[in-house]
Amino acid sequence: MSQLIRRTAAELADALAAGETTSVELTQAHLDRIGKIDGSADGRGIHAFLHVDAEGALAAAAAADERRAAGTPASALDGVPIAVKDVLATQGLPTTCGSKILEGWVPPYDATVVARLRQAGLPILGKTNMDEFAMGSSTEHSAYGPTRNPWDLSRIPGGSGGGSAAAVASFEAPLALGTDTGGSIRQPGAVTGTVGVKPTYGGVSRYGLVAMANSLDQVGPVTRSVLDSALLHEIIGGHDPRDSTSIDQPLPPLVESARQGAAGDLSGVRIGVVKELTGEGYQAGVQQRFDEAIALLVDAGAEVVEVSCPHFVHALATYYLIMPSEASSNLARFDAMRYGLRVGPAGVADPSAEQVMRASREAGFGDEVKRRIILGTYALSSGYYDAYYGQAQKVRTLISRDFEAAFGKVDVLASPTAPTTAFPIGDKIEDPLAMYLNDIATIPANLAGTPGISIPAGLAPEDGLPVGLQLLAPALADDRLYRVGAAAETLLEKQWGGPLLAQAPSLESSTAEEIR
Amino acid sequence: MSETLVPFDEALSKFDPAMGLEVHVELNTATKMFCGCPTEFGAEPNTQTCPTCLGLPGSMPVVNGKAVESAIRIGLALNCSIAPWCRFARKNYFYPDMPKNFQTSQYDEPICFDGWTDVQFENAAGETETFHVEIERAHMEEDTGKSLHVGGSTGRIQGADHSLVDYNRAGIPLIEIVTRPIVGARENAPLVARAYVAYLREIILSLGVSDARMEQGSMRCDVNLSLAPRGSGALGTRTETKNVNSLRSVERAARYEVTRQAAVLSGGGSVLQETRHWHEDTGVTTSGREKSDADDYRYFPEPDLVPVAPPPEWVEELRASLPEDPRQKRTRLQAEWGYTDLEMRDVVAAGAVTLIEETIAAGTSAQAARKWWLSELARRANEQGVELAELPITTGQVARIQALVDEGSINDKLARQVFDGVLAGEGSPDEVVATRGLAIVSDDGALGEAVDRAIAANPGVAEKIRAGKVAAAGALIGAVMKDMRGQADAGRVRELILEKLS
Repeated sequence: MSQLIRRTAAELADALAAGETTSVELTQAHLDRIGKIDGSADGRGIHAFLHVDAEGALAAAAAADERRAAGTPASALDGVPIAVKDVLATQGLPTTCGSKILEGWVPPYDATVVARLRQAGLPILGKTNMDEFAMGSSTEHSAYGPTRNPWDLSRIPGGSGGGSAAAVASFEAPLALGTDTGGSIRQPGAVTGTVGVKPTYGGVSRYGLVAMANSLDQVGPVTRSVLDSALLHEIIGGHDPRDSTSIDQPLPPLVESARQGAAGDLSGVRIGVVKELTGEGYQAGVQQRFDEAIALLVDAGAEVVEVSCPHFVHALATYYLIMPSEASSNLARFDAMRYGLRVGPAGVADPSAEQVMRASREAGFGDEVKRRIILGTYALSSGYYDAYYGQAQKVRTLISRDFEAAFGKVDVLASPTAPTTAFPIGDKIEDPLAMYLNDIATIPANLAGTPGISIPAGLAPEDGLPVGLQLLAPALADDRLYRVGAAAETLLEKQWGGPLLAQAPSLESSTAEEIR
Repeated sequence: MSETLVPFDEALSKFDPAMGLEVHVELNTATKMFCGCPTEFGAEPNTQTCPTCLGLPGSMPVVNGKAVESAIRIGLALNCSIAPWCRFARKNYFYPDMPKNFQTSQYDEPICFDGWTDVQFENAAGETETFHVEIERAHMEEDTGKSLHVGGSTGRIQGADHSLVDYNRAGIPLIEIVTRPIVGARENAPLVARAYVAYLREIILSLGVSDARMEQGSMRCDVNLSLAPRGSGALGTRTETKNVNSLRSVERAARYEVTRQAAVLSGGGSVLQETRHWHEDTGVTTSGREKSDADDYRYFPEPDLVPVAPPPEWVEELRASLPEDPRQKRTRLQAEWGYTDLEMRDVVAAGAVTLIEETIAAGTSAQAARKWWLSELARRANEQGVELAELPITTGQVARIQALVDEGSINDKLARQVFDGVLAGEGSPDEVVATRGLAIVSDDGALGEAVDRAIAANPGVAEKIRAGKVAAAGALIGAVMKDMRGQADAGRVRELILEKLS
């Protein structure tokens, strides 16, 4: 494996700026890595990518090299390649959302975040695998087969953004975009040993993000360092007139906060450990690594207290009413009339539009998607609306108030990101409720619209698999996540003697690796 | 399939009709409700679309501020309260011409609510009556695409070979204006319905927020009607007759449903709650989709849009800048112009109020302005099947033609040729007069020669005039006019004849 690809995005940007490498060279190195280990076809590789665009990525890389040579880079990350979750519209590149119903659909437009990546000069390596329409916590619900965890190929990489997390964790891409509706960036980050950020709701444009639940979805960075996330966040973030829910004010200083935090000093920072998000239901090794990480933060000068958010226990139930309600409506447009899969009903000679819609949706959607459409349709039905959707909105307000009360006492909240480490593929696929529990700690932030980050907290002693530390901040205070996250990262990596991912398997059987 | 009907008067003797009128108005904003696509009518199918109005995955709506302004102005003109805060909601149902399979509309939080308007109509006895119509709400929504069902005999989706969908209309801003049940109008119910829609149309036109063309579908009316036993004070089961697209049809459809429902009820049957289709040609309604209160649109607030919260001071600004009420304005103009009731009614019916107002402002007398617009130009508009306002002539040009008549450069007969030229795109009235050579000739040289020719050709007539029969001059004037293709100054010709034969 080329050592080039083991560097962080910030290091790659420095190397490009110093002329030590070119964007074409490092884009090719990542494409080579994908070619060696992704193995989408044989079903034994990581299978992080649903579509690789070598030609487009290399062309963008060549253009980036020209700008660098002319001394006019388009951004700090100009020329650093990136992978994009397949739920984001990419002009000219297939966008399937991991679903058969969108197989072969090529959007005629770019999502705003994708347009910003192109503008900033980041070559797009391809589109990453995901649970169908982002519905799942394991990427097993992809219609195109699961993604595998680089730490252990028999295990899940989290979800729904397992493809983006696995691509970054396995050095197929230095950066990726994910989307987080209930934890789909942070939970995969936790179980693959990567960094994932869900920005403040409205902080990053959703235009071009194929919505699962519009009031919960956010686009965010998936990276191998806190600084890399900040760099990427500053490129994709900020107001977009095409997204009415986008916040019309400048981002806080994210990169600056990450650099400040990396010094490892947390004097004066108050951290609250959320009582409801620890203890029972959390794997012993997860809890242990979390407690150790908190102890490190105390050593660094942080003041740590326990905080109670009593309504968080209702977060999962609330989420599973609001999300499917919105999703059931969002997914109505997939009716085979204008794009995507079209299936004629069996044995019907001259089918009506309605029959074609029904047959296509029956064939095109997977079980989990159908389950949520049914849940949402039910929750919105007249006579049930007040008891379900209406009630859930009220509880949502209470959860937001819990956050407000907590942030009256502390600067950031902390919890384990996910209750367990990566579980074996197939383990929970037949048990939706067990699957849903993966997001128990991440969902409150989506309901409240507040930002969160997951950073690697070490390997659980019992299984040697990554554990995530989640930090949560008030809306619009994403900079706090970067400051505290970078401090924790510095302190933890000092203990480990380097990045956690240095301990991950190399995945390439060949010993004749190119050493740079 | 012909229904049994009960004569209208007989129906009224047994039942009280109640109506609810739902009017959809397409706003004339430059762009659509939630995207930047143009709204121009009649473009090639599917050329005015983008990811948002096609409902492509990932696309998002943005509210058109101008449409909100128009909605508020309509609400204010209908004496509505304006919501300080309201939201859009999704109305979920599947249909091929709905790009997202939900319509972004408003549900329990309409932007305008609790209004009223007084409509005037002429009853069967020819007296003017006023009826108070309460407005429940006026809300904003987007239009759907337009389906064209090809093949089959009905033009409906059933039996069609295939269907075509034009999404140019998808996302056009609509305001839906809904009345409270109109009760107590009795035998006048159909007249009230027509008068309400007519007055609403006038208000919309005066606000300039829509061209409100019922025949083109930019204003569409649904007539909900039910009957209850006379004097019971109850509300019966209603039918919803869709897309009644002319004022006359509104009246006819209401009248028809009274007679049809009365027959059903009198025969011991019950009225089915359903959508009905109005047939302009045969003047009947036929059963459409059965509709019930169980129809569940699963409304919920549109999460991709932030609430609309019009600042009160803005609403007050809009209220202060509302145009004069069209009925008051009509009364005022009629008095100013000195038109009879009949003349004014024709002007209003022809949609010529503003045109005449502008023509008068450009210097033409009220009678002359009415004459040109309602005779010469109305005839041409009618021939071409367009509205008066669509004729390629400006009010300034009409005024200039009348000015040419007033100053004696042309006469009425020549003026018609000038209209021909202007409408044919030959230029301004003065240019047409010049290029077509239409000016009246009053030059004594040319006129004298023509008079000499006429005298020579009609020696008998000339002799009579010489003998003092001045009245005979008319025949010679006619001959001169014919000789000069109508362009002779008739007064001067007469003078020349009398001079030469004195």
